[in-house]
Amino acid sequence: MRIADGYGVRLVAAMSLKLEAVTKRVGPEIHLQDIDLDIAPGSLTVLLGPTLAGKTSLMRLMAGLDRPTAGRVLVDGADVTGQSVKRRDVAMVYQQFINYPSFTVYENIASPLRRAGLGRDEIDRRVRSVAELLHIEGLLDRLPAALSGGQQQRTALARGLVKEAGLLLLDEPLVNLDYKLREELREELLSIFAERKSIVVYATTEPLEALMLGGNVVVLDEGRILQQGSTIDVYTRPASIRIGGIFSDPPINLIGGSVEQNRLVLGDVVVGPRTAHLGNVAVGQYSFGVRSNALYVNRRSDADMEIRGIVELSEISGSETFVHVAHNGVSWVAQEEGIHSFALGDSIDIYLDPAALFVFDWRGGLVAAPGRTTA
Amino acid sequence: MARIHLDGIAHSYSPSPESDPDWALKALDQVWEHGGAYALLGPSGCGKTTLLNVISGLVTPTQGRVLFDETDVTGLATEQRNIAQVFQFPVIYDTMTVAENLAFPLRNRSVDEGTVKTRVAEVAELLDLSGDLNKRARRLTADAKQKISLGRGLVRSDVAAILFDEPLTVIDPHLKWQLRRKLKQIHERFKLTLVYVTHDQNEALTFADRVAVMQGGRILQVGTPQELFEAPVHRYVGFFIGSPGMNFLPCALDGGDAVVQGQRVPLGPDVLAAAAKRPAQAYELGVRPEFITLDGETGPRLDISVGKVEDLGNFKIVTASVGEHRLKIKAPEHQSVAPDIAAVRLRPDMVRLYADGELVG
Amino acid sequence: MDKWQDNRAWFMVLPVFAIVAISAIIPLMTVVNYSVQDIFGPGQRVFVGTEWFKEVLTNSRLHDAFIRQLIFSTLVLVIEIPLGVLVALALPKRGWGVPVSLVLLALPLLIPWNVIGTIWIIFTRPDIGLFGAAINGLGISFDHTANPLDAWVTVMLMEVWHWTPLVVLLAYAGLRAIPEAYFQAARIDGASAWATFRYIQLPKMRGVLTIAVLLRFMDSFLIYAEPFVLTGGGPGNATTFLSIHLVKMAVGQFDLGPAAAFSLIYFLIVLLFSWLFYQALQNVGTGDKGGGR
Repeated sequence: MRIADGYGVRLVAAMSLKLEAVTKRVGPEIHLQDIDLDIAPGSLTVLLGPTLAGKTSLMRLMAGLDRPTAGRVLVDGADVTGQSVKRRDVAMVYQQFINYPSFTVYENIASPLRRAGLGRDEIDRRVRSVAELLHIEGLLDRLPAALSGGQQQRTALARGLVKEAGLLLLDEPLVNLDYKLREELREELLSIFAERKSIVVYATTEPLEALMLGGNVVVLDEGRILQQGSTIDVYTRPASIRIGGIFSDPPINLIGGSVEQNRLVLGDVVVGPRTAHLGNVAVGQYSFGVRSNALYVNRRSDADMEIRGIVELSEISGSETFVHVAHNGVSWVAQEEGIHSFALGDSIDIYLDPAALFVFDWRGGLVAAPGRTTA
Repeated sequence: MARIHLDGIAHSYSPSPESDPDWALKALDQVWEHGGAYALLGPSGCGKTTLLNVISGLVTPTQGRVLFDETDVTGLATEQRNIAQVFQFPVIYDTMTVAENLAFPLRNRSVDEGTVKTRVAEVAELLDLSGDLNKRARRLTADAKQKISLGRGLVRSDVAAILFDEPLTVIDPHLKWQLRRKLKQIHERFKLTLVYVTHDQNEALTFADRVAVMQGGRILQVGTPQELFEAPVHRYVGFFIGSPGMNFLPCALDGGDAVVQGQRVPLGPDVLAAAAKRPAQAYELGVRPEFITLDGETGPRLDISVGKVEDLGNFKIVTASVGEHRLKIKAPEHQSVAPDIAAVRLRPDMVRLYADGELVG
Repeated sequence: MDKWQDNRAWFMVLPVFAIVAISAIIPLMTVVNYSVQDIFGPGQRVFVGTEWFKEVLTNSRLHDAFIRQLIFSTLVLVIEIPLGVLVALALPKRGWGVPVSLVLLALPLLIPWNVIGTIWIIFTRPDIGLFGAAINGLGISFDHTANPLDAWVTVMLMEVWHWTPLVVLLAYAGLRAIPEAYFQAARIDGASAWATFRYIQLPKMRGVLTIAVLLRFMDSFLIYAEPFVLTGGGPGNATTFLSIHLVKMAVGQFDLGPAAAFSLIYFLIVLLFSWLFYQALQNVGTGDKGGGR
């Protein structure tokens, strides 16, 4: 491993990044609290959390744009806490499309390489190859103002990628793009990341985007890390109600209830059998969570629990129907395959398989999660 | 409340439009029924915002007329049209309280204070803003601000239509559900005519009764979410609606079958009859990822080889290939996908034939 | 947005410290030194404590100059701020008119201040000046060298002509930064032009207007060159503002002690008023400071 010069152009990129007990305070406000993170070389880490969770603050610390109030940042085991961004091997892409307005697309992409003092031929080769990756090779002579939003963000991404920095930070890079364009670019980015040795850190508020990216996820809320692990594991076993909430779209449905000797009771009335995944759960009061896609409008087995409610709303997405059902003052959302129409205000029964229930204790911690087969 | 009739509307931002690209909106005729929820869906630059501005009166169309019920409003200014609008970024009056914000449109119209008070209280109740009435509006969160924007439309009893310009852009995913639920409830209760502009197919489909898919200044298709999903009239609609979009496999017609990479997919007699009437350069089969099964026993069979499998929690996306063509398949959460799966089945009633990009049947 | 912290950065500030020390702090300390001593000549000085301050504060001519100055600055703000906003509202929003009007507006700001005085001397001369002769031609007697009111009118006209463009430019920049959606929303809400101004444009211009008020207050409170060239502080003492008075005291009469004491008081007054304005305008209501963490 070697860094070519002081400006962070790394010829062989396989950086590791570690944050130890990092805290960031700005005045009386705590933006980040006791962050411990260990990011393996070449991995993809998704920072998932709502607005103001601390995702951008954390990225700024990783980049070296801010200095933590306490704690250390280690790159390849060396303490870089006090080192400025210029000396670090990082690239960052923001949610706003940030390019140099007076530079052509070519010059924009070339700028990090020029700063690093690369030769003209080398710059040309790299700029053209990254432009091709992002399908903007035909736009190299244009100015950013003459580009569409998607093309501008492709240019910014190309500038981030061209340096082949050891650490690539992407702060909600697709959020300001059209939905369909997001889909396309996300897929392209994933295949680009797969070919690189850089650490990629990607911030998002959307659970589905996190799942599409895969890799590892760090769930952030109010400046703290709530859970980290492989993205699909965290999705299937959220450690608390809050995490289940952040990592479910539509929001996870919650109801109080109890586990009894041979059965379980949701709310006061809904009774079902005690299924296998609840085998080790002690008898007592719990909060139960169920994701929308595990609620059905048709009974699927005798074990299904029946919840009676009033249709508040039904939304059809083309292939699926989301039925919002009010039950005991709680709004449930059931996600049903296919097109179904429901009259508002009608009484309806929705069914849930008790094997799909998440069980949380009184503090909100996960006690049991549904079993799952993986691919 | 009103029915909106767009009669031969076309618009160009250039003073002397000559060629096709000069027209931001190409001639369109639409009748949107009173009390309906409509969405204009399309990518940036498709003309959806221009069309919204034509309806609101911010843009006077180069050609055609806009009718609210039977009244021609083409020449009327925005403020004379009795419409309300919610913008992409929350527009609130910074120096006013929430109550003053909500009262503003009424006070401007010299409504008596008693009525103002009642209306503001009603609307605040409806939007769950009652507790915030005396707070300064600028101190609220983005979703509350959007509710205030909406509320300024709802307080008026004379509103013919409420227009929405990507109103959920700055809202967190969780709050989007709540805000959208609120919006739908209000729509159900008051039967307002709503027009919603967005690039996000999920928002458009879940919000609207009927969605107009736009591209390049044209409306390609207007239909219910189901129609757009099951029978997109144009290749672009198939691609744009759905995530991932529709699969398109180039094919040739031979006898009663479509031939894809040497494999035969039988077509229905109606489709064949329609195809016979419509000679074309190129044919494609369109199949949604949702209508392909990995473990089905019936339906047309296609030999594939499995590539990537993505586990997205609620479902899986399998990328497979049919010869040189790519095929995306949506598999249920609990289905395990073996890498050696060699064939899939298509749902026969959901296989569509496209000729030069247009639906044949 | 907080910035990188590195203590070595303090070294970078050293040259600035040195320059500020030489250009501001040392002269200021000299002034403090003068203000507490009576100086007869080189090496001949007596410490007099607060005597000069007492003398200055009880000096009636200075009181008059202070009141004159307050009236002048108040008039400047009362005329220039609303006028500047009005002109900014009337300016074209797009097209070729924008650069043309901005350049025309900027012209007075580019002329050296003593030249401005000279221009207005000629302009308002009752015998050959375009303005002066025209007014006199209408049968209105106008002579700023003889009549105190005429002198005031001339000084105010000159000041308004000279500095209103600055307010216009600031207000125009503020207006152009308001997103179009606000105006659309206001139209839909049926807001009158006045309501649009009162509830959208004015609140959104608060930041730039704060700067305009501060700049115009400080500048007008310290005004020297233009009236000095135009009227020399006369007729009589009619246009003798604080700084003209100060210069008369220090240079004309060579009363360095009282002049120094007066300078300090002057400085404190400007500081105090600026702070008061700033606080007042900040409390009118603050705009949103957006941005994620």
